Amino acid sequence: MNPTYLRFELLRVVRARRFFIFSIAFPLILYYMIAGPNRSENDFGGSGISAPLYLMAGLTAFGTMNTVLSTGARIASERAVGWNRQLRLTPLSTKQYFRTKVLTAYLMAAITIVLLYGAGMSLGVRLSADNWARMTVLILIGLIPFAGLGIFMGHMLSTDSIGPAMGGTTAFLSLLGGVWFPITSSSALHDLAEALPSYWLVQASHVALGGRGWDGTGWLVVAAWAVAMALLAARAYQRDTARP
Amino acid sequence: MSTQAEGIRLQGLEKSFSTPQGVVRAVDGIDVAVAPGETVALLGPNGAGKTTTIDMLLGLLPPDGGAVSLFGKPPADAIAAGGVGAMLQMGSLLPYLSVRELLTMMAALYPSPMDVDEVIEIVGLGDIVGRMTHRLSGGQTQRVRFAIALVSNPDLLVLDEPTVAMDVEGRHAFWTTMRGFAAGGKTVIFATHYLDEADDYADRAVLMARGKIVADGPTTEIKAMVGGRRIRATLPEADLAALEQLPGVLSAERRGEAIVLRCSDSDQAIRALLAAHADVRDIEITGAGLEEAFLELTTAPAEAAA
Repeated sequence: MNPTYLRFELLRVVRARRFFIFSIAFPLILYYMIAGPNRSENDFGGSGISAPLYLMAGLTAFGTMNTVLSTGARIASERAVGWNRQLRLTPLSTKQYFRTKVLTAYLMAAITIVLLYGAGMSLGVRLSADNWARMTVLILIGLIPFAGLGIFMGHMLSTDSIGPAMGGTTAFLSLLGGVWFPITSSSALHDLAEALPSYWLVQASHVALGGRGWDGTGWLVVAAWAVAMALLAARAYQRDTARP
Repeated sequence: MSTQAEGIRLQGLEKSFSTPQGVVRAVDGIDVAVAPGETVALLGPNGAGKTTTIDMLLGLLPPDGGAVSLFGKPPADAIAAGGVGAMLQMGSLLPYLSVRELLTMMAALYPSPMDVDEVIEIVGLGDIVGRMTHRLSGGQTQRVRFAIALVSNPDLLVLDEPTVAMDVEGRHAFWTTMRGFAAGGKTVIFATHYLDEADDYADRAVLMARGKIVADGPTTEIKAMVGGRRIRATLPEADLAALEQLPGVLSAERRGEAIVLRCSDSDQAIRALLAAHADVRDIEITGAGLEEAFLELTTAPAEAAA
């Protein structure tokens, strides 16, 4: 890890003010818009769980997924000005580059988590320390495949195409992951959903709802996606040396 | 250092691109060797293959054939060792950082960088160090990109059309700085389509056209290759047909009292002229501009084919 490089990467994220505020504030605003009017609903959608808690869990998954994937949009804009080629002429290794990008994405995700937990508490969510901790750890692990996916997309797509591609990807993954409504085991989509990393990210956040966390399948799917995305991202980075 | 002694080698380098018009051989088998400490200009018109060559030299583009060696290592290894600084043709700067911050960040990526303040001083960025990189003019951006290439303190400096966005004054200042840097025993390879830049600032010019090297040598030699010298002298009663028969003379014409001889070998021609006409006076021998040499060398085969 190169601390100076990391420091300036973080500084750049915070200084891109509109981007930073939007990606941090978006899930928060969405949360207050949906959960706020339903704050006293104690059986949200027949789940037997209060609306503020159910939506806090779902939006934490959705929000962190978005912030981590948004690394791709920042990479695409760096590539648009040829910066990846300049960086390729330095001794910065692929590993160091990845670590810095992933760590930056995680720090953004951590801000999202803290803000949404705070928002949940402001609407009356109360959990045991054990539940907060288990949920957070599983979410952070569940985000690994998305960090890889973000970097992969950032190196494959242009600034023009990455917006719609990211929007489509997050809509698809969050819908089938059960962010907006529960994917029940009787549902036809269940088998497909179980193969997606977003499903397990949502399951991680549902630890707070008394969920069971991940079974063997969960760990396997997350690990498989993490490895596959890391390989694709590394390959995309190494090949991405052409002139813009 | 023994690895240093090997310098830069491009051997049988080839690269083709598929385009809608068919396959274009952008670089068509070139061999170049650059000794450590040498400053070499890669000269040629747009589309000659200079940038493709530089991309392969830096390992940004895999060659279809041939090999690149930088100080005895493949490009990736030389770069990983921090030995290469480059200013690519296209590209702008990483936004949301000040000039000083960006240089500090880049310096931190190298094992033995130059002092950032020293680079700011050398490149003359004192007035814009605090400015954000996305608020600079084209010429300022180029200067910062040059500073990035220097801050690595490289053994090899590669510059691809470095002065494109600069005004005349900026260009002059740029080359003065580059000369100062090269004087420290650094190897410099720069691509340009400005003939005066190659002539003024390189030890040697490698002239490229349509992916091939058409000339490689000191710029004076390149000029001589196309019969670039002219002899002008006062010789009132001369017989033009006889003058054209002199060794080293290509053509002769009359300008009033004076004659003008276009020469393939002006050394031979002047000896023969003096031997034949002892009364010749006001002799001037001038080299044709590199511009002329350049046009002749890079366009002749195309005209022959047409």
